[in-house]
Amino acid sequence: MNGSGVRDAQIIVDDLVKRFGGFVAVDHVSFRVGRGEIMGFLGPNGAGKSTTIRVLCGLLRPTSGQVLVAGIDVARNPEGVREHIGYMSQKFSLYRDLTVEENLRFFGGIYRVPRADLCERMRFAIDMAGLGGREHALVSTLAGGWQQRLALGCAVLHRPPILFLDEPTSGVEPTSRRRFWDLIHTLAADGVTVLVSTHYMDEAEYCDRAALINQGRLIAIGSPAELKDTALGGELLRLTCERLGPTLAALQQAPGVIEASVFGDAIHVLVASAARSLDELPAYLAQKELAPSNIERIPASLEDVFVRLIATDSLKQGRAA
Amino acid sequence: MRVRRLKAIAMKEVLQIWRDPRSLMIALLLPFTLMFLFGYGVNLDLKHIPICTFDREGSQQSQDLFKHFEASLYFSIARNVKTYAEMVAAIDRGDCRVGIVVPPDFSQRLNDAGTASVQAILDGTDDNTANISWGYATAVVAAYSNDIAVSAIDRQGRPLQQVQPLVVQSRVWFNEDLDSRNFIVPGMIAVIMSLVGAQLTSLTISREWERGTMELLISTPVTSGELMFGKLLPYLLIGWVDAAFCLLIAAFWFDVPFRGALSALFLTTTIYLAVVLSIGYLLSVLIRSQVGASQIAMVATLMPAMLLSGYVFPIDQMPWFVQDITYLVFSRYYVTIIKAIFLKGSGVTDLLAPILFLVVYALSVVALAGRAFHKRLV
Repeated sequence: MNGSGVRDAQIIVDDLVKRFGGFVAVDHVSFRVGRGEIMGFLGPNGAGKSTTIRVLCGLLRPTSGQVLVAGIDVARNPEGVREHIGYMSQKFSLYRDLTVEENLRFFGGIYRVPRADLCERMRFAIDMAGLGGREHALVSTLAGGWQQRLALGCAVLHRPPILFLDEPTSGVEPTSRRRFWDLIHTLAADGVTVLVSTHYMDEAEYCDRAALINQGRLIAIGSPAELKDTALGGELLRLTCERLGPTLAALQQAPGVIEASVFGDAIHVLVASAARSLDELPAYLAQKELAPSNIERIPASLEDVFVRLIATDSLKQGRAA
Repeated sequence: MRVRRLKAIAMKEVLQIWRDPRSLMIALLLPFTLMFLFGYGVNLDLKHIPICTFDREGSQQSQDLFKHFEASLYFSIARNVKTYAEMVAAIDRGDCRVGIVVPPDFSQRLNDAGTASVQAILDGTDDNTANISWGYATAVVAAYSNDIAVSAIDRQGRPLQQVQPLVVQSRVWFNEDLDSRNFIVPGMIAVIMSLVGAQLTSLTISREWERGTMELLISTPVTSGELMFGKLLPYLLIGWVDAAFCLLIAAFWFDVPFRGALSALFLTTTIYLAVVLSIGYLLSVLIRSQVGASQIAMVATLMPAMLLSGYVFPIDQMPWFVQDITYLVFSRYYVTIIKAIFLKGSGVTDLLAPILFLVVYALSVVALAGRAFHKRLV
C-alpha cells in the first residue's frame, strides 16, 4: 500500500521520523513517488505535511529513517539535492521589495540557468503565471493568486525534475486554484515529479495518488479511486424513508452494516458488500415494519473517505493513549 | 564559490538597499551627519576662556597686565568688576571660568620690592579646563614678568632680550598648530566607519529571516560562503564611498592635513571594513532579528570605538587592565593607523604591526561568520 511497487521512484521515504524535543511531528512515514507522478499530501493543519516536505528538501535533519530524493540521501548530502529540486514554501517567500522580473533573474542566477536560456525561461515563467505586462511591478503589489503562480515560476525556472509545493493554493480564490492545478498537470506531463500538500480535501482528486496524514502518521495512500474503493472499508448506500429515527436505529443493528448515519434528509449506510445489502436490507427492514422509499448505491467522495479515516484514526489514538 | 551566484546575491542586495529607506539613511546620510556633528561638537581646544578682572588698584601696570591677558588667544575678558562679591557671582553663574585679582599695592610692590603677586581664582568644577587655564595664566604672567625685567635692566643700560638663563625652544611635530581637530577628525572616521558598517550588515541576514525569504534561499544550491561574500560586497562598496566622503570632508572642510598615501589609506580601510562588516553580519546570523542585531551591533562597535580606541581618550592614560582590554578593540588599530597616515604621512611599512592585528581580526571574524551560518531551518 505504501507504493513500494512504484517504478522509477524519484522520492523514496523509508520509516521517516522527525521529533522536535518530545513532540513527534513525523511518525514512521514511508512512501515512494515515481517520475512524472503527482503525489498529494493531505491532512488537517499541523498533521506534519510541511515538516515532511522540509525534511525532503533538506531544510530539516531527519531524526531517523532514510530519505532519497533523486537517488541522493538527503540527511547525508542535503546540498546535493538542491540542484534537483524546486521548492515552494507554505509561507510566501519571494522578495516583495523586488519586481517580478528581478525575482526571476535572482533565482536564475542562484540556479545558474544558462544565460542563453534565461530570457526564454523567464518569458515562460511570466506567461505561465499570467504576469505578462507586469514584469516591472513590485511583487508586494500583486494579488495572492499571482504571487503564488510567480512563486511556482521561480521554483521551475531551473527545470528541476522534482518539485515540492507546500500548500501552494492556500488563501487563493477557487478559479486561481483551478488554474494552478492545470499548471501542475502540465509540468507533470513533461516528466516532473510533484509532491504537493494541501488542506483542501477536494484537491486530492487532481492528484495521481494521495497520501493522508494525521498526527504525523500516514494513514492511507493510493489513487483517488483506490482510496474511495478500499480505504473506506466498505461500500456506501443512500437510503430515504419516512421514519428516519427508527430506521437508523434498526440499520445500526442490521447484519452486514458497518456504520449508519444521517446525512441531510437521507441515511448513509456503510456496508461490507453493496450487492448483498441491496438484496437483504429491504427484507430486514420490512420485518421491523419499516419501508424505505428508496435505497441505492452511491460513490463515496474523497471528503467522505478522509473525514471517516481521520475520525476513526483519532479515535483509535485516543483509545491507545 | 560561483561568480554567477555571488553576482545574483550582490545585485539583489543592492536593489533591496536602494528600496529600503532605513538602509539608505544609514549608508548615505548617517556618515555626513556624524562627520559634521562630531567635527564641530568634539573640540578639546581651550581658546578665549572668559575671565573676570577685579582690579583693586587701577594703575598703568595693572592695566598692562590685563592687556597681556586680552592679547593672548587663550583668554578674553568677559567682565570687569568692582567688588569681590560681584566676581564670586560671575563665577557662580558660569559667566567666567577664571577670576584675576590685582591687589591694591600691586605697582607699589613691583617698583619697591621688585616682586608682586596677583591672585587667580579658578572654577574647579571642570578640572581639565581649570588645569589648562592655570597653565595659560601662569604663562601669560611669566611673559609679562619677563617684559618688566627686560625693561628694568634696559633702563640700567644693559640691552637684553631675555633675563631667564634657560628656556625651552619647543617645536611641535605632526600637528604644528596643536589643533585638537587635526587629532580628532581622523579618529572620527574610524568611529563612523565602524558604526555605519556594522549597522548595515546587521540587517542583512536578519531581514531574510524576518521576511520569510530565508526558507526559500536555503532550499537553493547557494553556499553559505557565496551568501556571505555576495551580501558583504555591496556594503564594502558603500563603505568605500562613505570613507571617501569622510576623507573629503576631513581634508577640505575641516582642513586636516593629509600627508600619507591614498593607497595606504585604501588598503587599511578595506581591511578595517572587512572586520566591521563581518561583525555586523555575524550578529545578523546569530540574532535573526533586525532590531536586536542592529542594537547589539551599535553597542559592540560604537562604544568601544568611542571610549577605548584612543580616538579622543589616550590609551596610555588608562589603568593597566583597561589598557589590556583595548587590545581586543579592533578600532584601536585603525585609529592608530589612520592618525598616522593623516598626520605623520606613515606608509604601510611603518604600520605593519597594527595592520597585522587587523588582518588577523578580519580573518577570524570572517571565519566565525562563515561557520555560524547553517543552511538549516532550526
